[in-house]
Amino acid sequence: MTLQQWQGPATHRAGRAGFSPLNARPGRPRRRRVRPQLAGWLWMAPALTAYGLFVLYPLSQTVRYSLYDWDGVGSAVFIGLDNYAAVFSEPELYSAIVHAFELIVFFSFVPTVTGLVLAAILRELSTGAGATLVRTLLFLPQAIPLAAAAIAWTWLYANNGLINQVLREVGLGRLARPWLAEFDTALPAVGVIGSWLAVGFATVLFLAGIGKTDPSLYEAARLDGAGRVREFLAVTLPALRQEIVVCVTVTVIWALASFDIIYVSTRGGPGYQTMVPGVAIVLQAFTAHEVGLASALAVVLLVMVLCVALPLQRLGRPE
Amino acid sequence: MTSITSRRSASERILAPAIIIVVIGFTLTPFVSMLLTALQPRDTIPTGLSWPTDPQWHNFVDAWTAANMTALLQSSAIIVLGVVPASLVCATMAGYALGQLRIPAARPLFLLFVAGLTIPFEALVVPLYYEMRDLGLLNTRAAVILALIGLFQPFGVFWMRAHFVTFPPHLAEAARVDGAGPWASFRRIHLPLAMPAIAALGLLQFLTTWNQFILAIILIDDPAKRTMAGALGAFVGEHSTDIVLICAGALLIMLPGTIVFIILQRQFVRALLQGAVKG
Repeated sequence: MTLQQWQGPATHRAGRAGFSPLNARPGRPRRRRVRPQLAGWLWMAPALTAYGLFVLYPLSQTVRYSLYDWDGVGSAVFIGLDNYAAVFSEPELYSAIVHAFELIVFFSFVPTVTGLVLAAILRELSTGAGATLVRTLLFLPQAIPLAAAAIAWTWLYANNGLINQVLREVGLGRLARPWLAEFDTALPAVGVIGSWLAVGFATVLFLAGIGKTDPSLYEAARLDGAGRVREFLAVTLPALRQEIVVCVTVTVIWALASFDIIYVSTRGGPGYQTMVPGVAIVLQAFTAHEVGLASALAVVLLVMVLCVALPLQRLGRPE
Repeated sequence: MTSITSRRSASERILAPAIIIVVIGFTLTPFVSMLLTALQPRDTIPTGLSWPTDPQWHNFVDAWTAANMTALLQSSAIIVLGVVPASLVCATMAGYALGQLRIPAARPLFLLFVAGLTIPFEALVVPLYYEMRDLGLLNTRAAVILALIGLFQPFGVFWMRAHFVTFPPHLAEAARVDGAGPWASFRRIHLPLAMPAIAALGLLQFLTTWNQFILAIILIDDPAKRTMAGALGAFVGEHSTDIVLICAGALLIMLPGTIVFIILQRQFVRALLQGAVKG
């Protein structure tokens, strides 16, 4: 899930390119071969089959299940939109949706802003010798299983974990608590795991973007006597417009569709304090055996992601 | 003018390294805490950051045995080998067709794949479970392999089309003048030149597969048949009171992917930047 989105900038840009004009010209085949159009479809067949069987078909099933009351074993009863009504009325389910939006602050807003500031400060380093090392270390959280990251953070947050130990040693022992187990701190605590995951991604993405920016723009700003802040606002920020859109899109999707971190660290608890749609879907379908309800929530999650991703994609297109 | 330049770089010389150290420290803290914990004696209750005076490297051997790492490495390797080559073949062929061949309804087909880009795995995992049950594939690696091949297609097709669509036209033209059909020009010209793009995609798919969690825990009951990431949850459940062993095991499970990433990260970033320039 995480690395898949890495090349966001590449694909968004490349995706706009039109079809090669050369191919629009009718070729003059010298030998007889299968009609080109049919042959073209044959090239598509493997990908279409895999995509159809394991994405499009299950997707249609999600929509279908969402209209039924089904425990996964017995017979299903058609109940129309009742499952959707339940999603927006049962606290365990609608709180999951609310939490997903709250996590955007931690997964997306904080890392994007921090990443911008860091990238602007580290600009000189984008081509330096230590740059590869810095980039690799910042990017390390992207390469490890999120489940393992969640275990590491669960240990940091534990009663005798690092965070409480440091608090006690600096005389703030009264603040020490089991961060993931308390109602007030659990959601921000898992949110910080998301910030930890995303900040390196954002910084590296922005550094790459700055590396592609025309250096004469910075020269010009310097000649105009622009300070660091003016330079950031006048040069860096506009130059990174596309990278910012990519970063926000990717990290907002991480927030809305988070699963691994929360399933491993809290399973949505304590109570429903950290329940998110992904975890609720799995618990409803496989623990509570409410397949219809889980599917309705899955459709709502998909719509949430689309409502964020589609408008942002539009923003990312330069004129 | 000169004074401004030098003043700025002077302050940067102090500020930049300090900020790098803070951010890298934040990034590495969870790993460091885990490593220091993993080296404590098994029978103690360690705190989050205590220096191991007598580092117990043997804990890693114990965790290797306890987590059944040999079987897990094999299992992850089987799943990766089942997913990545097949997925790359599908995506490359489709990308070539959409980027280079004239095919009917190319635009709607392309958009059909693009539409799949934002689908979270959680939205599909429930119906995939019942589909695999009906196919008799539940609790087999084939369930995860097939599902991932399908789930990788939107992104893979998108990525490979982006490569083929910007392919230098004069090369394709030269092949056509030589009388090469789509297959011949694909094999002799397009495929060799597409190798960097295919390799970058393969690397991304390798890491996504290796780190796959949700599909592994839902579709496969037996932790020994899962990916390493998927087995982690079961391992923690079994040894929940032994934090030293958990930290050692989690570090071992992180290691293979981390090594691959560190070795290949230069190629990885270069390929991505090339891709970004293309558009």
